[in-house]
Amino acid sequence: MEYGFTIATYVVAAVLFILSLGGLSGQESAKRAVWYGIVGMALAVVGTLVGPGQGLWVASLVLIALGAGVGYQLATKVQMTQMPELVAIMHSLVGLAAVFVGVNADLMINSIAGIYQEAGLVMGAVGPDGYTAIGLPKEIYDGLSSFGQLIAKKSSVEITILQVELVLGIWIGAVTFTGSVIAYGKLAGKVDTSAKQLPGGHILNAAAAIASLVLMFAYLSGMGSWTLVLLTLLALFIGYHLIMGIGGADMPVVVSMLNSYSGWAAAAIGFSLGNDLLIVVGALVGSSGAILSYIMCKAMNRSFISVILGGFGGAKGEQMAVEGEQVAIDAGGVANALNEADSIIIVPGYGMAVAQAQQTVAELTRKLRAKGKEVRFAIHPVAGRLPGHMNVLLAEAKVPYDIVMEMDEINDDFPDTDVVIVIGSNDIVNPAAQDDPNSPIAGMPVLEVWKAKQVFVSKRGQGTGYSGIENPLFYKDNTRMFYGDAKASFDQLLPLID
Amino acid sequence: MKVGALKEIKPGEARVALTPDSAAQLQKLGHECFVQSGAGDLAGFNDATYEAAGVTVVADAQALVDAADIVIKVREPELDEVKRLKKGQTLISFFWPAQNEAMLEAAKDTGATVIAMDMVPRISRAQKMDALSSMANIAGYRAVIEAGNNFGRFFTGQVTAAGKIPPARVLVVGAGVAGLAAIGTSTSLGAITMAFDVRPEVAEQIESMGAEFVFLEFDEPAQDGAATGGYAAPSSPEFREKQLEKFRELAPDVDIVITTALIPGRPAPKLWTEDMVKMMKPGSVIVDLAAEKGGNCDLTVMDERVVTDNGVIIVGYTDFPSRMATQSSTLYATNIRHMLTDLTPDKDGVIKHNMEDDVIRGATVTHEGAITFPPPPPKVAAIAAKPKEKVKEPTPEEKRAAEVAAFKAQTKQQVILLSVAAVLLLAVGMVAPASFMQHFIVFVLSVFIGFQVIWNVAHSLHTPLMAVTNAISSIIILGALIQVGSSSLLITILAAAGIFMASINIFGGFLVTRRMLAMFQKS
Repeated sequence: MEYGFTIATYVVAAVLFILSLGGLSGQESAKRAVWYGIVGMALAVVGTLVGPGQGLWVASLVLIALGAGVGYQLATKVQMTQMPELVAIMHSLVGLAAVFVGVNADLMINSIAGIYQEAGLVMGAVGPDGYTAIGLPKEIYDGLSSFGQLIAKKSSVEITILQVELVLGIWIGAVTFTGSVIAYGKLAGKVDTSAKQLPGGHILNAAAAIASLVLMFAYLSGMGSWTLVLLTLLALFIGYHLIMGIGGADMPVVVSMLNSYSGWAAAAIGFSLGNDLLIVVGALVGSSGAILSYIMCKAMNRSFISVILGGFGGAKGEQMAVEGEQVAIDAGGVANALNEADSIIIVPGYGMAVAQAQQTVAELTRKLRAKGKEVRFAIHPVAGRLPGHMNVLLAEAKVPYDIVMEMDEINDDFPDTDVVIVIGSNDIVNPAAQDDPNSPIAGMPVLEVWKAKQVFVSKRGQGTGYSGIENPLFYKDNTRMFYGDAKASFDQLLPLID
Repeated sequence: MKVGALKEIKPGEARVALTPDSAAQLQKLGHECFVQSGAGDLAGFNDATYEAAGVTVVADAQALVDAADIVIKVREPELDEVKRLKKGQTLISFFWPAQNEAMLEAAKDTGATVIAMDMVPRISRAQKMDALSSMANIAGYRAVIEAGNNFGRFFTGQVTAAGKIPPARVLVVGAGVAGLAAIGTSTSLGAITMAFDVRPEVAEQIESMGAEFVFLEFDEPAQDGAATGGYAAPSSPEFREKQLEKFRELAPDVDIVITTALIPGRPAPKLWTEDMVKMMKPGSVIVDLAAEKGGNCDLTVMDERVVTDNGVIIVGYTDFPSRMATQSSTLYATNIRHMLTDLTPDKDGVIKHNMEDDVIRGATVTHEGAITFPPPPPKVAAIAAKPKEKVKEPTPEEKRAAEVAAFKAQTKQQVILLSVAAVLLLAVGMVAPASFMQHFIVFVLSVFIGFQVIWNVAHSLHTPLMAVTNAISSIIILGALIQVGSSSLLITILAAAGIFMASINIFGGFLVTRRMLAMFQKS
C-alpha cells in the first residue's frame, strides 16, 4: 500500500518536472513552471520519506534543513555575473552525491553477499526457471533495509548489471565532480583560465579512460572493492585534467556538458537503485545538457570533440591580410552619433560582464529609449560564459526582455541600423568567419554588425579575441574604436546623451 | 614656396584663384602667398582683406610672376601670360590642352610645369580638387536664376485671392553636375521639373533630386558612364532622332529649358532645334549652358541674350560662374588649395611633383620642358558602380523540387537513425533481464521527452534552464534517502553526506532560478 503511494508520488513528480522544463519556452510561463519543479521535488522527497524502509527520517529532515540553509545563502547572495560559477559548483555537488550513492550501493552488495555467506547460500543463485533468484530465507530478508532487500532478491545477471550501472554512475559522477570544481575555479578566476595540460595531454586522458575500462571488468569479475576505489580516483583525474585543458571562452560548452553528465550520473544511479523517477529526471537533465552543448557548438561552428579536445583547430591556409587601421574615438563622438541615430543595436559580450557595465548600459538604454529611439540588444548564443548568460545580466539590470533579441531574429536588421555598439565581444562579430575561408573560425555564425551604418567597439585595448584571430571589423571604414574599460567608458558617455 | 595669384585679364572675368581664407590654409602648408593688386576686387576681396590675411600684394602681373614659384589663376592663360613663365615655375589654372595646342607648345618652350585644373581625373580621391564640378554646380544654379530673371511668371504654383497661378514647367537636358544643380534649384523654387539624360543610370540621381526622369524607349545597349569617365558619349543617329521626337512632344508644354549637354572634346550636340523653339509659348526661356561649345540650341548666340520672333528668350551666356564671383572664387580657391595640399605632402612648403600620383600625373600637361598630355589612363577606374549581378530567383518548380529533396533526405536520415536505434535496443533486450528492460523503457522514453521539450526552451532562458535542471538533478537525494536507513555506519554516513549536498542543490537551484526569472520584465 505504502509502496504504491511512493510510486504514485513519483509519477506525479515526473510529470511536474517535465512541465517545469517545458514551461521554460517563454519568460512568463517560466515563472509558473519553476513552481511545478519545486512541488515535484517536494512530492518526491515526501513520497520517499514515508516509503518503506526509511528508518532515519528525522535525521534526514534535519540534514535537508541544513542543506536548505546553505542553499538559501548561496542563492540569495550570488551576483548575477557569478551565475556560471554557481551553476558549476552545484554540478559538482550532484556529481559527488552520485559517487557517494554509488559507493553505498557497492558496500551494500558486499554486506548482502556477507549475509548470504553466513546463511550458507550463494548470492544471485537462480531457481529452477533459470532467471528468478532464490533469495534469502524470509526471516533474514525481512530484517534488511529496503535497499538491502532490493539487492538481496536479485539474480547474478541482475547483480552484474547493477554493478555496471553503479560503475557508470560513480565514474560519470566523479568526472562531473572534479570537472565542475575546475570549471568553477576557471570561471571564478581562481584557476588559470588558459588551456593547460600535463605533459602527455590527451594521451593521458585516453590512458586513464582505458585503465578505467579494465578496472571495471576487473570489478565485475569480482576482484573486490579496491578496483572501484581506483576507478573513482582515475575518474576524478580525468575530470580534472579534461577541463584544465579547455580555455575560458569554451566554458559555455563545458558547463552545459557537465550539466548533461550530472543528469546521466543520476540516471545510472537510478538504474542501480531500480528507481524510475531518478531515471526519468536523469534522462531529462542529461538530454537538456546535451542539447545545450549542441547549440553552443553549433554557434561556434565547432564539433563537440574539438571543443573537448581544447583549443582551436589550426588555420587551413594563408589567412587574409587585414588592411586599414583602427580609428579611435572619444565619448563625445559616440554621444553625437547616438544623439543623431534612430535605431541602435547593442551587442554585449563577456567583456561587459567582466567590467560589470550592465547597469550603465541599461541606464543608457533607458535614456535613449526615452528619447524615442529604437534600442535593441543582439545576443549571440555563445556570448558570455554560460548559455543565456547575457540575457540574465540584462534582465538583472532591468532591460526589458522583449528588446533582447537572438542572433537569428536580428541579423537581417543590421543594414537598416544607424549605430551598433559592440561591448566586450570579439569573435562573435568577426566578419572573417564569413569572408575568409582560411580563418580558424570560418563558417561560425556571427552577428553581421559591419553592415550597419556605424559601429562603435568598446574594448580595453588593441588585441585579439579568445581565439587569437585578428578581427577585420576593427579596421573597417565605418568602425570606430572606443577604447577603455567598458564601465568607465559608458559612465563617461551617459551624461553626454541629451 | 611662393604662391602668387594673377588678376584675370579676360574682360568680364570676375573670379580670382586665391581668397583670404585659402591663403590662410596655404600658409599652414608652409607656403608664402602673393596676389596681384586688384585681382580680387570683382569677387569682393579687396587688397586690404588680402593684406589682413598675410598676403603680399604686388603691383602688376610681371612683378607677381617674378616673385612667385607657383602662379595660380582661373582662366586658361593667354600668350603674354605664358611667355612670362620661367623654367622651374609652376602654373595652375584651367588650360583646355586639347583645344589649345599652340598654348601648350608655348608653355613647353618656357620649361615651366603646367597643371590644368580641367584635367583632374574624375576619381573619388580627386573630387575635392575637381574645379569643373564646382564651377558646373554654380553654373547650374545660376542658369535657373537667369531663367527666372527672364521668365515673367512664378516658378511655384499658387492659389491666391487674385486667381490661380500654374507652376512653371522646367526641362533640364543633361544631368551632369550642372544639370543636377539646376534640377535641385528648380525644384526648390517650386517648379515642376523634368530631366533627360542619355545615361539611364542617372535616372536614380534625377529622381532623388525631386525631378521626373524623361524616359526614352529605345532598344540599344545602354551607355556605361563609367567607361567614359562619367561623361556622356555621342549617341547613334537613330537614338538622336528618337530623342528629338520626345523633345518635340514636350516643347509646347515647357516654360523653361535648361540645356547642359556636353561631350568631352566635341562641339555641343544640337538637341533643341529651331522648330522646337517655334513650338514654345511666348515668354518661355531657354538657358543654354553649352553656348561656349556652340550651344545645344540651334538659335543660341554665344554670350548674348536673344529674343526670337515668337517671343522665346534664349540666354547664351558663358560666364555663369563669373557672375557669382564670390561663390565661385571661394570654391575654385579651395580646389586649388587641395591641389597644393597634394603637391605638398609633408606640409613643409616644399613642392614634390610626384608623377607617380594618378591625380597629379593626370592634371600635369607640361613638365620639365616636355608635353605630358594626354596622360595615361588612370590606374583607379570606375565612377559609377557596376550594376550588381542579380542572384537568380529559383522558380517555384525548383523550390518545390528542393523541398522534396530535403524532405526525402530528412526521411532517409530519420529512418536510418531509427533502425539503428531499434537494432541496438533489440540487441540489449537479447541479453538483459526483464527487470532491467522495464527501467530501460522508462529511460529511453524520458530521453525522448527531454529532447522534445528542451528544443522549445527560449535561448534567453538557457541560464535559468541550467539552474533548474541542476536543481532537479538533485533528485539523486532519493537514492541517499533510501540508503540512509542502512544498518552499516559507513553507508549511513555517506548517504547522509549525499542528502546534505543534494538538498543544498535543490534549494539553491530553485531559489536562484526564481530570482532570475523574476528579473525578466517586459517593457
